[in-house]
Amino acid sequence: MASLITCPHCGVRPKEEFAIRGDASLIRPAPTASDEAWHDYVYVRANPRGRTLEHWHHVAGCRRFLVVERDTVTHEVYSAVDGVVAAREAQR
Amino acid sequence: MTAYRLSSGGLADRSKALSFTFDGRPLRGFAGDTLASALLANDQLLVGRSFKYHRPRGIVSAGPSEPNALVTLGSGVRSDPNTKATVVELYAGLTAKSQNRWPSLGFDVGAVNGLLSPFLGAGFYYKTFMWPRQLWEKLYEPVIRRAAGLGRAVLERDPESYEKSWAFCDLLVVGGGPAGLMAALMAGRAGLRVILADEDFRLGGSLLSETETVDGASAPAFAERIVAELQSLENVTLLSRTTVFGWYDDNVFGAVERVQKHVAEPSAKLPTERVWRIAAKRALLATGAEERPLVFGGNDRPGVMMAGAIGTYAHRHGVSAGKSVAIFTSGSSGYRTARGLSAKGVTVSAIIDSRPEASDAAPDGVRVIRSGAIVDTKGRQRLSGIVVERSGFEELVACDALGMSGGWSPVVHLACQRGARPVWSDALKAFAAPDVGDTLRVVGAANGVYTLAGCLRDGAETATAMAAELGFNAAAAPLPVTETEADPSFAALWYVPGAKSKAFVDFQNDVHAKDLGLALREGFGHVEHAKRYTTSGMATDQGKLSNINAVGILAGMRGVSPAEVGTTTFRPFYTPVSFGALAGTARDSHATPTRKSPLHEWAKKHGATFVDSGLWFRSAWFPRAGEKTWRESVDREVLNVRANVGLCDVSTLGKIEVFGPDAAEFLNRLYCNAMLKLPVGKARYGLMLREDGFVFDDGTVSRLSDDHFFVTTTTAMAGAVMSHMDYCAQVLWPDLKVRFCSSSDQWAQMAIAGPKAREVLQQLVDEDISETAFPFLSARAMALRGGINARLFRISFSGELAFELAVPAGYGEAVADQIMEAGRAHNVCAYGVEALNVLRLEKGLLTHAEFDGRVTPDDAGLGRMFSAQKPDFIGKHLSARYGLTAADRMQLVGLKPVDKDKDIRAGAHLLKEGMKPSTLNDQGWVSSAGYSPVLGHHIALAFLKSGRERYGEKVVVWDKLRDHEVIAEVCDPVFVDPQNTKLKA
Amino acid sequence: MRYSAFSIVRNALSGNLNWKPQWRQPQPKSHYDVIIVGGGGHGLSTAYYLAKEFGVKNVAVLEKGYLGSGNVGRNTTIVRSNYMLPGNESFYEFSMKLWEGLEQDLNYNVMLSQRGVIMLYHSDAQRDAYVRRGNTMWMEGVSAELIEREQLKKMIPFLNYDHARYPILGGLLQRRAGTARHDAVAWGYARGADQHGVDIIEHCEVTGIRRENGVVTGVETSKGFIGCGKLALAAAGNSSRVGEMADLKLPLESHVLQAFVTEGLKPCIDHVIVYGGGHFYISQSDKGGLVFGAEIDGYSSYAQRGNLATAEHVMEEGVSMIPGLSRVRVLRAWGGVMDMSMDGSPIIDRTSIDNLYLNCGWCYGGFKATPASGYCFAHLIARNDTHPVARALRLDRFARGYAVDEAGAGPQPNLH
Repeated sequence: MASLITCPHCGVRPKEEFAIRGDASLIRPAPTASDEAWHDYVYVRANPRGRTLEHWHHVAGCRRFLVVERDTVTHEVYSAVDGVVAAREAQR
Repeated sequence: MTAYRLSSGGLADRSKALSFTFDGRPLRGFAGDTLASALLANDQLLVGRSFKYHRPRGIVSAGPSEPNALVTLGSGVRSDPNTKATVVELYAGLTAKSQNRWPSLGFDVGAVNGLLSPFLGAGFYYKTFMWPRQLWEKLYEPVIRRAAGLGRAVLERDPESYEKSWAFCDLLVVGGGPAGLMAALMAGRAGLRVILADEDFRLGGSLLSETETVDGASAPAFAERIVAELQSLENVTLLSRTTVFGWYDDNVFGAVERVQKHVAEPSAKLPTERVWRIAAKRALLATGAEERPLVFGGNDRPGVMMAGAIGTYAHRHGVSAGKSVAIFTSGSSGYRTARGLSAKGVTVSAIIDSRPEASDAAPDGVRVIRSGAIVDTKGRQRLSGIVVERSGFEELVACDALGMSGGWSPVVHLACQRGARPVWSDALKAFAAPDVGDTLRVVGAANGVYTLAGCLRDGAETATAMAAELGFNAAAAPLPVTETEADPSFAALWYVPGAKSKAFVDFQNDVHAKDLGLALREGFGHVEHAKRYTTSGMATDQGKLSNINAVGILAGMRGVSPAEVGTTTFRPFYTPVSFGALAGTARDSHATPTRKSPLHEWAKKHGATFVDSGLWFRSAWFPRAGEKTWRESVDREVLNVRANVGLCDVSTLGKIEVFGPDAAEFLNRLYCNAMLKLPVGKARYGLMLREDGFVFDDGTVSRLSDDHFFVTTTTAMAGAVMSHMDYCAQVLWPDLKVRFCSSSDQWAQMAIAGPKAREVLQQLVDEDISETAFPFLSARAMALRGGINARLFRISFSGELAFELAVPAGYGEAVADQIMEAGRAHNVCAYGVEALNVLRLEKGLLTHAEFDGRVTPDDAGLGRMFSAQKPDFIGKHLSARYGLTAADRMQLVGLKPVDKDKDIRAGAHLLKEGMKPSTLNDQGWVSSAGYSPVLGHHIALAFLKSGRERYGEKVVVWDKLRDHEVIAEVCDPVFVDPQNTKLKA
Repeated sequence: MRYSAFSIVRNALSGNLNWKPQWRQPQPKSHYDVIIVGGGGHGLSTAYYLAKEFGVKNVAVLEKGYLGSGNVGRNTTIVRSNYMLPGNESFYEFSMKLWEGLEQDLNYNVMLSQRGVIMLYHSDAQRDAYVRRGNTMWMEGVSAELIEREQLKKMIPFLNYDHARYPILGGLLQRRAGTARHDAVAWGYARGADQHGVDIIEHCEVTGIRRENGVVTGVETSKGFIGCGKLALAAAGNSSRVGEMADLKLPLESHVLQAFVTEGLKPCIDHVIVYGGGHFYISQSDKGGLVFGAEIDGYSSYAQRGNLATAEHVMEEGVSMIPGLSRVRVLRAWGGVMDMSMDGSPIIDRTSIDNLYLNCGWCYGGFKATPASGYCFAHLIARNDTHPVARALRLDRFARGYAVDEAGAGPQPNLH
């Protein structure tokens, strides 16, 4: 992970082409959701040790937000999928 | 000790003599020598001084593990301090200097530290230098600092160049010894893309100093044959002089190639060093094994060396380390070295074997002292004899060189750089490489295989298996035939008891066995604590020789197995790498990319002074003849814009085209103000928040058609806004039908501002741009006369009647020229970002000096833009938090100095009159300030607690940092034309 | 054993055989008034001040590895109090003052070296921001100086004045700031706490937090259950994981920050220098190595190791600021796992559980905070009341809208 990411659109690309946004498991609350829900969305992070989902933005490539599943200890990457695909799935 | 060049033998080319100097003394060596072998050949034994006690030290090893033979290579701006003489390829004109000695290497005043050593044990400084307190800073620390370090860095501009490159391969082989060569050969023949990297300048590794034959040829000749075949294979890349220094995620390796570190005058056409990032599907470590030193009294005297190194100097370089060499060994390897030396005609005075019995054969006539221990050494700056103890009796054995052979440790550094720890092996009596999976495997001596035949087989077989895993078919080939080899076994001997003088563990840092004992006594028995407390293993060799003995000694003292002690952490870099190589070409003006506006040349033509703005160069002001200061130019530009008209390059603004049936909805959710019903042909000022409710960026939104918007951002945030939009569109609202792309580089954009702006611009367009036909905030595509497709916006960042004209970037300069021409009669001037800044300041308009990431719309006086009616937009929900709506928040105000001659400066803080400065009394701060040529005095924008209620109040503008204090009156932030009559003219 | 000139001479003359362990290796008792999770700088200083200043002596510090194995042993050793926001400045200046008396207080030389920290500026806007910062410092009574280019050239002649991509225009200097010997800080606090009766228990990993009726009763550890009256978490880097044991949801991400050291050199860099054209900072240790670092790698990580691309970028910034570094060789890189908080500032606070206390979120600033963090945390634990200088650093600041966002970057941890 820390070196190479396999972008579903661009292939294997070096880390420097990406900007890392952070936790990709967060779902933006409805406007009417509680203060607590909004606070948790903006400020609270699960910060797992092990598998995590993270948004990597292919800034110097296809400019897609990828959802990268990887391990925060071994840095192994399990998958990288387009963010829209992941977002649509989350909405379902 | 008297070292000398043997009459024959070795791989050095005796027909090519090379002259070099050491401490100014002219010396000669041969091509193929290392600096160390050449120094030895010249009987230069004393090469350096140790760190703490300044003890005289000589060459210990023949490779990168060298702790002692550190020299400064070169001179002036081409100095390379702390260079290991053992890895320097000799070249004609090389100059080397010894280090850490004063006044000279032979007589070093610092050696007095040795007398004080009882007071200077491990960690002594933590217990002392505290009384009296003031003296630490004034006396003790400066003295300690002066003693610090070994070599001296010049810190001047490096005249040489460096570069970086990616490489990709199926198999990376690290190490070009017997295992590595065979691995590369089998993989290469099978068709894999192979990279073979070796730190040495000649491939072959231990084959180069091997005495046995392979396939009937001498080992070096065999190596040469394999290398020749590898060179003939197109799919094989051989990188000699290349150290693989790090193993990173995804099997990416960092390596540094010393392209021309071995020449006196580097070619300007080549880099001096090149860093490779090697992405390898598979990798093989064939990094060999390190012989262990023995820890005995006086083991640091020049002349005491690794036995294997003495062998290497004799066989590879044709240099004998002494006339009479003794060997101190705990295993078979010492005998092997002795036999090799004897065969070369070097006198071996004795073999001291720590073991009570052994079947190893000593060379004819050489005395073997079994169960022997060296307890001291004799001589001053060179070895003259050793004190051997056996069964309680001591004996002085004369010798002028001593080889230490304490067994072997596989070199597993790279395999342990990604979290896995080396594993203790009782069989190997060493830490072995951990299993790190299929992508990286370890072969040969690095894998604990110590015979030549075993290394050749291990390399070949493992590479064949890996090739098969990658889908390649490696044809079977017979293994090279070797001679019968001796058993390489040894007994672990961490410490030789009975030392009569200091027994060093870490030579360079002067850590001796007693230091480890002290560390243990004081509770620093954990291997990491012992390292940090004693500094063992922290020198420039990173403990390549010493760490294993430190672990063994700690284990012995604690009464546990070395497995339980464990090792310290292996981390990059395997051997030190220069800043320059790692930085490559990204330095000086190339440190970051440079962006130039499409109007850059136009601005240059008008004499612009440029200023950095992120990656951009922006025109700051346009000095004219007679103007002595930048202020004169800026004042003139401002006044001219207010009175006539000016042209300013605003091309650096971020520009984004937004399309789609949901484009309006998308923007409505992005901005805190309403965008949904923005009419076609209109522009609107927009404010974007972050989700936490603070202002992210501002800009304009223009609707060019129902489903096409044109968005501008600030220069600084162009990239961030674009990324934010990507995130919102892809992750938050993937179902909105919207697409957008950056057009920042496609448009040249210029502001034409001032009362005459319309008259000037009308000359370029046919369409009516009068107040009625094209009122304030109009925005539409418009062809220029002559047919250039342009966009015109009636927006203003100065408070004047103003337009922003966008034209395709390539036409920018021509159109700007035309505007200047059209404006000549109206006294048009070019103005830069400094004047732009004054104009916006006078009008109370904001930039990122105000929007510093901690400001709400209401703080900035833009609370009315926050559209509470909209159901949702980024930042809406969290804007309602108490802290963002509290009455005592700092709000934007204007400031005018009460004494009009005084200036106000940005960064000053605000205090109520008569109040003492303190964090509690701090009332706010000045965000922007400048001289207003229109008003004739300084003005400023500031954030002041509950500021909007405090117009008319006098506050102290407190700039203690620059000893500057002014009384100012709080006022409305709009200083010029508050009724907007000029804007809407 | 108290360290004095006398004790050093006496021990030297007896072969240094009589030095005693600097702290005991006790077996855990069944119950402590306060258990601190984390035997790094902050945990140890908390224990020290609890015992010494607040009279709470029945204290244990539990450390899963060896003492000081976290970030106190893997940082760039910088201490300073040059912050822009008052909430930070007051806290870090309190820390700075504790640093200045620390050696006498601990009877342990942590080698505080007040050699000055200078932060370079490269544009008018950056200068203005530093002026604002310098004036915040003066508001707190902390002296700061704005060094203009010509003066800077005399002070630090080897900077890239002539060819830098971003011109070096000057710097903001805090003379009292500097460096300290990081490991010694952990050891000194450990020895001090131990002398006041604190039990420091190494290799004791907390695996669970036991709660009854909504309060913590103790911790499950690799050495068995240990009861406590109050539980204090000081496990930066792993705060989320420890907090999870008590169902705390924290505003943190763990990130790896690399640091580097060069081969030992004769003294050549006399200050701590911070590059404003990037994030690079460098100083020279008393042993001669140049110690430096820059930004985090950017992805969340619990691995104490970094990637090559970031390392290369750090070197690029170094050579951009000091061209003469080009030929200096880098010896070693390491990585520390940091709690990156959502505003870049730390958290010292109570939690929703009455007797559970939290110290986390140190971002880049943990080492310099060590004394104040411990002092304020001890104050909070002992008195159940926030120390005045730590008032801005409470956990509820995010919910209340009082983020202390020094970088102005918003709630994205890797931007701070």
